[in-house]
Amino acid sequence: MGSSENEFLKRYEIESHDFSRAGNVSTQIKELLQEIGIDSSIIRRAAIATYEAEMNVVMYADKAELFLTVNPERIHIRIEDKGQGIKDIDLAMQEGFSTATHEMREMGFGAGMGLPNIKRNADKFNISSIPGKGTSVDIIFCLNETKQK
Amino acid sequence: MSQYYHSIRIDTEKCSGGMKCMRICPTQAIRVRGGKATIIENKCIDCGECIKVCNNKAIIPLTDPFGELGKFKHTVAIPSPALYAQFGREILPDRIIAGLKTLGFDDAIDLAPKCGEVSFAIQEYVREYKGPKPLISITCPTVVRLIQVKYPDLIDLIIPIDTPREIAAREIKKKRSKELGLKPKDIGTFYLTPCPAKMISIRQPAEKGKSNLDGAISIADIYGPLLTAMEGMEKGNYRQALENICILGIGWAMVGGISRTLRLKNSLAVSGLSEILDVFDDIERGKLRNIDFIEAYSCPQGCVGGSLTVENLYISYNKIVQLIETLQYEKIKACPDIREVRKLYKQNYFHIEGKFEPRPLIPLDKDLTKAIKKRKKKEAVYEPLPKIDCGACGSPTCLTFAEDVVTGEAHVSDCIFNFPNRFSTLAQEMLDLLEKFAFIDHTHNNPKKE
Repeated sequence: MGSSENEFLKRYEIESHDFSRAGNVSTQIKELLQEIGIDSSIIRRAAIATYEAEMNVVMYADKAELFLTVNPERIHIRIEDKGQGIKDIDLAMQEGFSTATHEMREMGFGAGMGLPNIKRNADKFNISSIPGKGTSVDIIFCLNETKQK
Repeated sequence: MSQYYHSIRIDTEKCSGGMKCMRICPTQAIRVRGGKATIIENKCIDCGECIKVCNNKAIIPLTDPFGELGKFKHTVAIPSPALYAQFGREILPDRIIAGLKTLGFDDAIDLAPKCGEVSFAIQEYVREYKGPKPLISITCPTVVRLIQVKYPDLIDLIIPIDTPREIAAREIKKKRSKELGLKPKDIGTFYLTPCPAKMISIRQPAEKGKSNLDGAISIADIYGPLLTAMEGMEKGNYRQALENICILGIGWAMVGGISRTLRLKNSLAVSGLSEILDVFDDIERGKLRNIDFIEAYSCPQGCVGGSLTVENLYISYNKIVQLIETLQYEKIKACPDIREVRKLYKQNYFHIEGKFEPRPLIPLDKDLTKAIKKRKKKEAVYEPLPKIDCGACGSPTCLTFAEDVVTGEAHVSDCIFNFPNRFSTLAQEMLDLLEKFAFIDHTHNNPKKE
């Protein structure tokens, strides 16, 4: 479908353990989607999903790349991290399940809502992981369907 | 005519093309082109940050001159509680109100009791509210504009309770016109304002058709005459003046003033635009759902930090804090009756008339496909830029410069890091110019010789 000419691509890097800058990428993506004129309810969902994914990298991975693709049909956000990976994805997807440390919870993170929250906000969601290597998450927002509403 | 009214203008004669205003602008609404600053109207939220930093006083807040009073048959001054913070500790609101009455207004009223009532009304609203949180106060018009422009999806979090100044003006018009047998439009209500942003909330309210206020006069403009007027007055009874102060309302002049007097479990008081941006980002990420109420002011320390105030903002903040502490210590509670407020609340006395609508920034293009293409072009312009945000091109950041190139407002060669290219064009232009002058000189000298 969307030829590369009509497609906007951008790559971002997310640093691990960098709590002070966590959220920067989701803010940049939010502003970018505003410039393109995406519906504000989609932007809100995209910002929340990206932020949760960013926090997952900051807390659990070693580092990650985020690939943003926007074309007239959809927004695709893919995050590939290098790190410990997830042993049991079904378990990780359960609300309230978390492997966060005590310190992370003290800061208000690690409520076990991250992945479920991403899934809830996305139109399409996919996750795959190789324990010991890393995790990839695909978050997709459809642009046509909401337009027809 | 422009779509939006703004309370800030640039005096191009005074403007020397300095970059301070452009750098400080929180919404990147200022450009400096051809040695003069200009404001991009749909990005400006009238915060007044640029007014404070301009060395040449070339950015002018548009408030009303005193002369406007003549248009009305009866005039009432409604000072922002921030005015009370502008004078020494021994000068209490009673004396300031008395002083105002000698300055050409037919009357002046103390807004603090109305602020107190609105505090109670906010408390009622927050308690009854069942939707997503946190709720945000509308006291600061800049914050409302910021939400409309930059955070349109937070608009439903704005508390639909009107400001004390608007409610007071509405009631004064109603009451005085009856008492004096005049039409409401003959009663002039003037807000004495600590900032230019209140001016736009009067000229172009964010939610309704028309403000109940007829104008705003800058505190800085009235300060001198008021000081002189108060000097000649009798001091009056200090204790009595103290007992007239509404402890709930006096705090509206500063950040935290509403929250500290309300019985709300979880509230945040934020001041300063960059801090507000951080907090609003967090709300968007869903991080602050456990907070009930956010009180936000674009000026540091709240209204006492407004660009049209006179006293140092920390001193004036301190004056209000000490006044509240004194009232607490003396157990003085000149507060509105909460049962009375609840009655009025049920009659929608406090609710805003209209509804806040989002005013999101205009995208690069209305057509999604074209907008994506333009955003790609912006990225292509941005990539080779030095990304040091030097501002020499006249745009505040490299990213805004790239956008200006895409929208045709700037040219790639305006970046000094493209100087090698620019230099060759300049050199050619100079050569052309020299030749032209040489030619003129030549012809000019010739007739002389002949």
